Amino acid sequence: MSVAAILPLALKDLSFAAGGRTIIDRVSLEIAAGPSTIILGANGAGKSVLMRLMHGLLAPSSGAVLWREQGAKTLRRRQAMVFQRPVMLRRSALANVVYALRAAGTARDECEAQAIEALDSVGLRHRAASPARVLSGGEQQRLALARAWALHPEVLFLDEPTASLDPSATREIETVIKAFDAAGTKVVMATHNLAQARRLGDEVIYLHAGRVIERAPVDEFLARPATVEAAAFIRGELPWT
Amino acid sequence: MDLIQVAAAVAVALVVAPAQAARPFITVASTTSTEQSGLFTHLLPGFTKKTGIEVRVVAVGTGQALDMGRRGDADVVLVHDPVAEKKFVSAGWGVDYHPVMYNDFVLIGPRSNPAHARGRDISAALKTIHATQATFVSRADRSGTHAAELRLWKMAGLAMPSVKGAWYRETGSGMGPALNTASAMNAYILADRGTWLSFGNRGDLAILVQGDPRLFNQYGVMLVNPAKHAHVKQAPGRRFIGWLISPEGQQTIAGYKVRGEQLFFPNAR
Amino acid sequence: MDSLADALHTALTLVVSGDATLLGIVALSLEVSLSAVACATLIGLPIGAALAVTRFAGRQSVIVLLNALMGLPPVVVGLVIYLLLSRAGPLGQFGLLFTPGAMVLAQTVLIAPIIAALGRQALEDAWHEYEEQLRSLDVGNFDAALTLLWDMRFSLLTAVLAGLGRASAEVGAVMIVGGNIDGVTRVMTTTIALETSKGDLPLALALGMVLIAIVLLLNAAAHLLKDAAQRRYG
Repeated sequence: MSVAAILPLALKDLSFAAGGRTIIDRVSLEIAAGPSTIILGANGAGKSVLMRLMHGLLAPSSGAVLWREQGAKTLRRRQAMVFQRPVMLRRSALANVVYALRAAGTARDECEAQAIEALDSVGLRHRAASPARVLSGGEQQRLALARAWALHPEVLFLDEPTASLDPSATREIETVIKAFDAAGTKVVMATHNLAQARRLGDEVIYLHAGRVIERAPVDEFLARPATVEAAAFIRGELPWT
Repeated sequence: MDLIQVAAAVAVALVVAPAQAARPFITVASTTSTEQSGLFTHLLPGFTKKTGIEVRVVAVGTGQALDMGRRGDADVVLVHDPVAEKKFVSAGWGVDYHPVMYNDFVLIGPRSNPAHARGRDISAALKTIHATQATFVSRADRSGTHAAELRLWKMAGLAMPSVKGAWYRETGSGMGPALNTASAMNAYILADRGTWLSFGNRGDLAILVQGDPRLFNQYGVMLVNPAKHAHVKQAPGRRFIGWLISPEGQQTIAGYKVRGEQLFFPNAR
Repeated sequence: MDSLADALHTALTLVVSGDATLLGIVALSLEVSLSAVACATLIGLPIGAALAVTRFAGRQSVIVLLNALMGLPPVVVGLVIYLLLSRAGPLGQFGLLFTPGAMVLAQTVLIAPIIAALGRQALEDAWHEYEEQLRSLDVGNFDAALTLLWDMRFSLLTAVLAGLGRASAEVGAVMIVGGNIDGVTRVMTTTIALETSKGDLPLALALGMVLIAIVLLLNAAAHLLKDAAQRRYG
């Protein structure tokens, strides 16, 4: 694919306020290709908002979100996002993936084949004809990942993708996420699950009350957190605001 | 919204118009009392069978019927208000005026008759109704019947609206609805005999005064002036008028009976 | 209550006998109302969808206006369209006055706001659920609106049925623009009005029962259709 890379992503003094509250407070950091990045933080720390700011679903109140290829028409298409609750259209599983491919400009006669391949890669080929909405929670989330896979994004954002799933479904999702990582996709995932962070992540960005207060490789962060708040969080003592 | 309306109108017209253009037709503006008497159902088939021309009757109050003529929304006007008709023609809106038939008005009232209105003298009856302040229902809708009612009050020396009171109820409606109201209120009301004979909801009402020549109700027919409205269907319109005043048409009119009684008396000249 | 029993008996007799005049009136009523619903849906749903997914200055005012238009008095709409279609009016040359076409036009004007307003409400609720995912997939406003319309087709059916109910029930507009011409523009509601004003109340009541029965049947059919399709598509 001869499309220009959009990474690295630079956040410059990024802030976001809503309803009189500051949710993201002057965040500056750079996200490079390669290691999978976990955004950790307690509930209400601002993880979801930060992800949406990066992906472009929210406009910052101040500061900038700067990709390497700014203003490229296909900027959005080089990224994909999976949400905590998967959103599926009222059509078959296959049709949902085809929909995403069509939206990304894929030629009509190529969509079905690519969609089947994507379903295959997450083990849902046998459910291609099922109405997407009757699939189980875990299957729907896998379908969301298949949909993202079909787009071959450079960056995959995941906002607490397994928070609503049981352990076995969680394991299935994590397997797919690891496959994305292995294929070279940049994984940026928000979670409050420490064990998951260790299983899937290479580096951790720790968010507290809208500010990035720590950034380190995952093992180092979990073993020797540098800040008091991070240490309290790891011990499970942080209040869930 | 206008553009959408026009587009919709055109789209619908394209669909609907062809289906209707099959048979030639004329639009006749007439009155609710004439239609509700059932005359048209009896009268029109004969004309259509003979000429193949469909007659579409829009039945409204006399005022609205004449207005339709002025606007050019009808080809022929058939109403029963000689004064208004004369004005219509002299103002240039109508041509080819012919008297067609007459029926009469009757004074309807409760059998208990609190105003003691009875007999052949309509003026005397109206005077006693006014004197006793008995409830009287008026159509008050610029219809031929309404115009006749106002003339009768005037003739009795009691010109409306000066003698109005709480006893005088104006409904602003057609003959049927006004009769419904009178029936519900057990009130007096002036009605055309035709509507009364076909009226089903009489309650305690009955005819109390009839036969006074002043209760005479003349019908006239006119062609809407083609000089004012070029689209008026002159030829079929004139054929209809011609048929109405022909012996055949006049006999058909006379042949219409409700409960064994003749309703309309042909008098074309 | 004698009238009711009378009327019920008359209604059943009319229906069973297959009275030709009644059938003609019912057929015309259905033709007019269903045509109006079709036109109003084609106009109203896109407007509702556009309002649901776009944001612009004055949007709230437009929504308030649209909701208010749901309450347009039928007789006023009838009068305005009469003046437009009259030979003396701006659209007189089409000769549409006193035709079923005029009745369809009047009813379309009446129910398009209903379908648009109710449609917007349903679609806006759906948009809350879908917006982020569709934006993430780089779906623009126009395609998003189309996607919502298709995905919410079962809920939108309710909005359409509301429009159908209003169209079938109204008498003011069709009376004025149609002229209640026997055999040409006489529909169920105007016939009921006519029979009432003639004092034939049992017949009017009977016709009313037939009208209600027809609307019930239409709604039941729509419901069954929706149920079956929902089971297939989830």
